Amino acid sequence: MLKVTPFHPRTSALVRAQTWRRWAGYQMASAYDPHPDREYAAVRSSAALFDVSPLHKYRIAGRDASRLLDRMITRDVTKLKMGQVYYTPWCDAAGKVVDDGTLSRLDDTTYRLTSADSSLRWLHMNAVGMDVVIQDVSEQLATLALQGPLSRTILGRLTPLDLSKLKYFRVAHTTIREIPVSISRTGYTGDLGYEIWVDARHALPLWDALIEAGTPYGITPAGVWALDIARIEAGLIMLDVDYYSSHHALIEERKSSPFEINLGWAVSASKGPFNGRGALARERERGSEWGFVGLEIDWSSFERLFLARHLPPQISNVAWRVSVPVYVHGAQAGYATSGCWSPILKKPLALAHLMRPHFATGTAVEIEVTVEHRRMRAEAVVRKLPFYDPERKKA
Amino acid sequence: MSGRRYDAIVIGGGHNGLVTAAYLARAGRRTLVLEKRPLVGGAAVTEEVFPGFRFTVFSYVVSLLRPEIIRDLDLPKHGLQILPLESTITPLDNGDYLAAWSDPDETRQELRRHSPRDADASAIFGHLMHHMAMAVKPILGMIPPDPTSLSPRDLAGLLRLGKHFHSLGPERFHALHKLMTMSSADYLDEWFEFDPLKATRSASGIIGTFLGPRSPGSAYVLLHHYMGEIDGAFRAWGFQKGGTGAISESIAGAARALGAEIRTNASVERVIVKNGRATGVALSCGEEIAASLVISGLDPRLTFTRLVDPKTLPGDLVEGVRRYKFRGSSGKVNLALSGLPDLSCLPGNGRHLRGAISISPSLAYLERAYDDAKYGEFSRHPYMDVVLPSMIDPGMAPPGQHVMSIFVQYAPYHLNGGWSAAKREAFGDAVVKTLARYAPNLESLILHRQVLTPDDIERMTGLSEGNIFQGELALQQLFFLRPVPQWAKYRTPIEGYWQCGSGTHPGGGIMGASGRLAAREILGTPR
Repeated sequence: MLKVTPFHPRTSALVRAQTWRRWAGYQMASAYDPHPDREYAAVRSSAALFDVSPLHKYRIAGRDASRLLDRMITRDVTKLKMGQVYYTPWCDAAGKVVDDGTLSRLDDTTYRLTSADSSLRWLHMNAVGMDVVIQDVSEQLATLALQGPLSRTILGRLTPLDLSKLKYFRVAHTTIREIPVSISRTGYTGDLGYEIWVDARHALPLWDALIEAGTPYGITPAGVWALDIARIEAGLIMLDVDYYSSHHALIEERKSSPFEINLGWAVSASKGPFNGRGALARERERGSEWGFVGLEIDWSSFERLFLARHLPPQISNVAWRVSVPVYVHGAQAGYATSGCWSPILKKPLALAHLMRPHFATGTAVEIEVTVEHRRMRAEAVVRKLPFYDPERKKA
Repeated sequence: MSGRRYDAIVIGGGHNGLVTAAYLARAGRRTLVLEKRPLVGGAAVTEEVFPGFRFTVFSYVVSLLRPEIIRDLDLPKHGLQILPLESTITPLDNGDYLAAWSDPDETRQELRRHSPRDADASAIFGHLMHHMAMAVKPILGMIPPDPTSLSPRDLAGLLRLGKHFHSLGPERFHALHKLMTMSSADYLDEWFEFDPLKATRSASGIIGTFLGPRSPGSAYVLLHHYMGEIDGAFRAWGFQKGGTGAISESIAGAARALGAEIRTNASVERVIVKNGRATGVALSCGEEIAASLVISGLDPRLTFTRLVDPKTLPGDLVEGVRRYKFRGSSGKVNLALSGLPDLSCLPGNGRHLRGAISISPSLAYLERAYDDAKYGEFSRHPYMDVVLPSMIDPGMAPPGQHVMSIFVQYAPYHLNGGWSAAKREAFGDAVVKTLARYAPNLESLILHRQVLTPDDIERMTGLSEGNIFQGELALQQLFFLRPVPQWAKYRTPIEGYWQCGSGTHPGGGIMGASGRLAAREILGTPR
């Protein structure tokens, strides 16, 4: 039996086509409708409500909490202010990415770390000899993501917190209808949005309050299919889909440095010792072998491949997550790891790893497309990520 | 003549005029759009008619907008955002309903409840209509060749067309022929037995046209509306965030970004013609603006008989325009509601309220609605296509309140005794009363009501006789016959004076194809 999240009594009543999937050992809705169109639309038009409780969550407290985290992640924890949140990768000693997640500074000596993979062992290994308490709070803490242009309006009706003062990547303690919560201005959609962290015992009243206050504003429970499209448009990577954890890579080739998955910006060049510092400094110096970029697939060229077989272009309303070869001048130059039809940009998009020098923005490439059992190639162009970046995200 | 000189002036900021302007600007032409109203969009506008309630005043859904226009002009960047309109529900007179959901399995299951045979037939019908739409699609992107012309360009076009039809194979060609000639009811009778299903489907064959479901030619209009379902961009009917006005705004935004200038509150009085050549326009305020090209986005009647002196045009053209059928047949009722309507067939809030509600309980109902119109009256019990835009985009109404868009047919332009304020309200009452048969709480929810007859549509937008397609989508005025034979290629007898509105091929709906093809033809013609 897979685990269910604290919101299961509500979400399970909504899944009309029993479209469940796994996420970190949990049973999770792919979509509540049989397909994700409306749930996705809510992310970009009103507000979508995602149950993201399967995230691994750790509470790290104590005199050495900062030291531990600063040693672990690639960003500078000494600069993380109270109530601030970092999105960050962390690496092994060779500078290869182990995982990525968010780190929130809850008070002077208390942090919350989220990760895609279980990270308890890695935290303890890094904490040897330190005065720190590491708690796995994954099951005690339930999490909802409210994402979309009206998310602030809806939350504003429920909390005394002045949301106009909660800036992008900040977190605050407050209440929602008397329920103690913390609200962070974070998310996985590239839109205006919040994540709400609550004691699992209060999960259902929180859900009900959000639905009640959000209904006049079009709040829409949404599943992983919708999230997947939004995160591709936002150029956000996913562990085990777009890259492998260096702890799980079966071969060396499968490992990536932060620079190679578009997270070079999150590697501090000035901070003290941390896992992978030497290797990352050398890579920064000599340049990376691989780049991680967006591909915008040329519609006319894509459509022609289908018309040649008397077919209209086939596009799915669900993102794909398989490795697809990418070519430059007929030779393979890399591979795409996920992609989708972007309903907001009206373009087919992909996220891809490309070898040097092909990852420069504007490079013309070709991506494999299977048309009627035949492997064809459509033209595509390397684009900077994110593909979609509305002003309201940070405003 | 005053001010700066333009290469091109587009008269009318409807969606086609804006598309033409954007393409001309893209090609480097200094382009000016002149719109008489304070806002662009023509019949694709969003207006806050009552405080807090925003209405897609005339047109209300979208499906046909050409994907190549979306791409060429990068409309998503300028605000194009289509939200899914998921279902169509037809309340039945016996208290039951017929639903078409967004999920094909759910729809088949629903149909099976009424007719297992129709459930099967529906899948095959959809398959055939897909092929028919694919067959017609290239024609929509084609400048119509004149079959009576011997010019190499026309002959090449006809050859291409001939090859295209030949490639369909006999079965599909026959089906296409039937679609082009039959009534939608007869065509659907060949496929289905459940009357409300036939009625609901046939409804898209009568929209904007003075035809009943049993009138020959209505099957083509059905196909026209099916086109949107094959294109990757939407795949179904959708609702633009912020209403259809936001589509016009996005095209206007693209045009401006490409360098076009758009002036609102600028009503064009006439086109200035010197020695058989258009040299600019005169505004009703007296201002004159010069340009080497003048393009009319207005309908054929205005283009040929109001903006220019018809006495200077060939008699057969003027006669053709005079005979060209407008006959506006639809009205619009926009309601501001204090809450959600409760359908007696499906009480309470639910996903059915995020789709369309079709008042089309039987073919006889629709045909009777047409009978009223045929004899010069509005339908006492009209066909209605009802949408609650605020259920799809909550920004259309204050929280918890709603806007309801009711497309109504028939409301003939040529009403016995003519339209008056009293008749407009009587028409509005008939609409609300008929709808209240299916949603009994409707009347108690109404905060405000806007009733638009074809007469109002003409007065507000300029569209002759209030026809939303700038002339019926009837076979005798389509393709190389639209608007009139010999003048189907966006040209006019006046050098430098062009047409780009929905009254040219292919016309109809928020499609933009006429505007794009006109621009292509203009740009392909040496100056």
